[in-house]
Amino acid sequence: MQDILTICNYCGCGCGVYLSVDNDQVVGSYPSKNHPISRGNLCSKGWQLHEFIHSDKRLSSPLLRKNGSLQEVSWDEALDFTAAALMTAKQQYGPDSIGVLSSAKCSNEENYLLQKLTRAGLGTNNIDHCARL
Amino acid sequence: MVGLATSFGSGAMTNSIAELEEADVLLITGSNTTETHPQIGRNILRAVDRGAKLLVIDPRRTDIARQAHIHLALRPGTDIALINAMMRVILDENLADDLFISMRTENFIQLRDYLHRLDLAELAAITEIDINTIREAACIYARSSKSVICYCLGVTQHTCGTDNVQAVANLAMLTGNVEKKHSGVDPLRGQNNVQGACDMAALPAVLPGYQSLEDMSIRARFEAVWQRPLPENAGKSLTEMTHAGKDGPIRAMFIMGENPALSDPHLHRVEETLEQLDFLAVSDIFLTATAKLAHVVFPAASFAEKGGTITNSERRVQLCRRAIPPIHDCRPDSEIIMELGRRMGCPGMDFDSDAEIMEEISLLTPIYGGMHYDRLAENHGLQWPCPDRSHPGTEFLHKYYFARGKGQFTITRHQEPYEKAAEKYPFTLVTGRGSYHHYHTATMTRNSRRLVREYPQAKLEIHKDDCRRLNIADGEMVELHSKRGIVRISAQITDRVKPGTVFSSFHFFEVPINQLTVSAMDPKSKCPEFKVCSAAIKKVNHD
Repeated sequence: MQDILTICNYCGCGCGVYLSVDNDQVVGSYPSKNHPISRGNLCSKGWQLHEFIHSDKRLSSPLLRKNGSLQEVSWDEALDFTAAALMTAKQQYGPDSIGVLSSAKCSNEENYLLQKLTRAGLGTNNIDHCARL
Repeated sequence: MVGLATSFGSGAMTNSIAELEEADVLLITGSNTTETHPQIGRNILRAVDRGAKLLVIDPRRTDIARQAHIHLALRPGTDIALINAMMRVILDENLADDLFISMRTENFIQLRDYLHRLDLAELAAITEIDINTIREAACIYARSSKSVICYCLGVTQHTCGTDNVQAVANLAMLTGNVEKKHSGVDPLRGQNNVQGACDMAALPAVLPGYQSLEDMSIRARFEAVWQRPLPENAGKSLTEMTHAGKDGPIRAMFIMGENPALSDPHLHRVEETLEQLDFLAVSDIFLTATAKLAHVVFPAASFAEKGGTITNSERRVQLCRRAIPPIHDCRPDSEIIMELGRRMGCPGMDFDSDAEIMEEISLLTPIYGGMHYDRLAENHGLQWPCPDRSHPGTEFLHKYYFARGKGQFTITRHQEPYEKAAEKYPFTLVTGRGSYHHYHTATMTRNSRRLVREYPQAKLEIHKDDCRRLNIADGEMVELHSKRGIVRISAQITDRVKPGTVFSSFHFFEVPINQLTVSAMDPKSKCPEFKVCSAAIKKVNHD
């Protein structure tokens, strides 16, 4: 068993939480006593933080719509298809025909990369996320 | 954010969360803090235990409103009238901080003259709160030099959301309750990394660190590092993209970790927009309502399967640590973005670690200048602004001077909500986060066995008098109608809402309450008016 200190994935409080890991399975969560926000406390969501990670409803493979339904494909196929589709939209209708939604659930690094890709790669400022929702 | 940025020059929480505990007066407005920010709620209740006064502005009698010394249960959408009334009382009682106003702010005279022209009794009537209650609350807030205001989406999700925030900022500046420890204005962030996503400029009109898109020297800096020219015009906001409709200007979309097909207002319009796109790619951990509409779906790694940093409400940039490798064939979003970038020929998409990405962020973003992984690991994170490696981070903002120089007073005028209760739709529907146990579109919490057990289904809060009048029993399925749609939902008899007002959450995909909400939004912040729309309740015919 290993206990990994990380930050809760739910609200904007940002509590310090330990994930208990056994054999690559996250089996429990408990609060950090030293962390300046949580100080040994969590809410009901925080205490159950590990529960959704191994849900059997997690997506397990890239999906591509073929003949109207989503079908499992390889990463390369999904990535190639997406890159080509975005470049086609850019060439046909111009960069501002592409819209990108980033996420308040993803890391700073991921948000930074996605806005960089949107601005430098796609050539549009059409990027936003759900801060207001 | 636009509102606070205009008044103060920065849209973030001015205090640290731990400071709330030492405040003497806490004014909580439009925030169901104990349910939606439980640890911040805990700090507030600790302050109350110490003897602090708690004032709560909320149309609902939430748990925190029940704990309040004064609960200002205003009519939904009348925040400005209430704050203006409080400011008028403060002027009349001579409780304004004249020294602070003259040294640290501008535009006060215009606001003062405007407030003097208002009629207190009329303002009170608009809010439907007794004038003496308003007077008492205003005096409590103004008499303390350790007064804090916390606000959340109850303030911003209105067509006048920006003005609401500026009214709150006016109130704080009028009494000198900014610039020091234990006093300030604190927007509470709903999601774990809203603050960070804003800081990183996942926003259509700024560059990372809220730097101007128009400033030529800043543009040149980014263009040099990114090796690409930057697009010039500000982009479209989320609702402008998701409500563009048929044959709109947006032809292709990439959506990472968001679920607009459940979280956005006026959902039929969102569906119509997303369905007619030439191409839609979604990256998520579950097959969300939005992912079901996509042409390509990427299985993303969850927070436990990757590293990176996130920034909480108090501007604290914190390190997340990978607990397990990605499950199944999932990959972190950072890898997905870089793979796409490389395939599209975008330079600078080959970082080897999150720490290396942060190096580029620090280089280009002055408020993150000193955010290095080794320091973050040692310190339970650091609070921005943190301009360089030796900087200890910033506990509270606007000490000595506001981020914009002087604090700006703005005249804010009451305006009625977009949609009025009418004969056909006599109820006012307020929507929001409705449970201690669920989170946003509940993609994660509804895959959590014990949270589902605690709160299994959507509920519509209806006042007990309305239930009696309409002969509705607790738990009975009713139909809720608005001009835009109908949902079926279980009734909950309560006194949390006032007669004539009903409340529900958007957590449950079976009850997509946002099919009913209006897409009218604040013209500046583009924040939709989730807090007020007109609705009718109909009994379901069982025969």
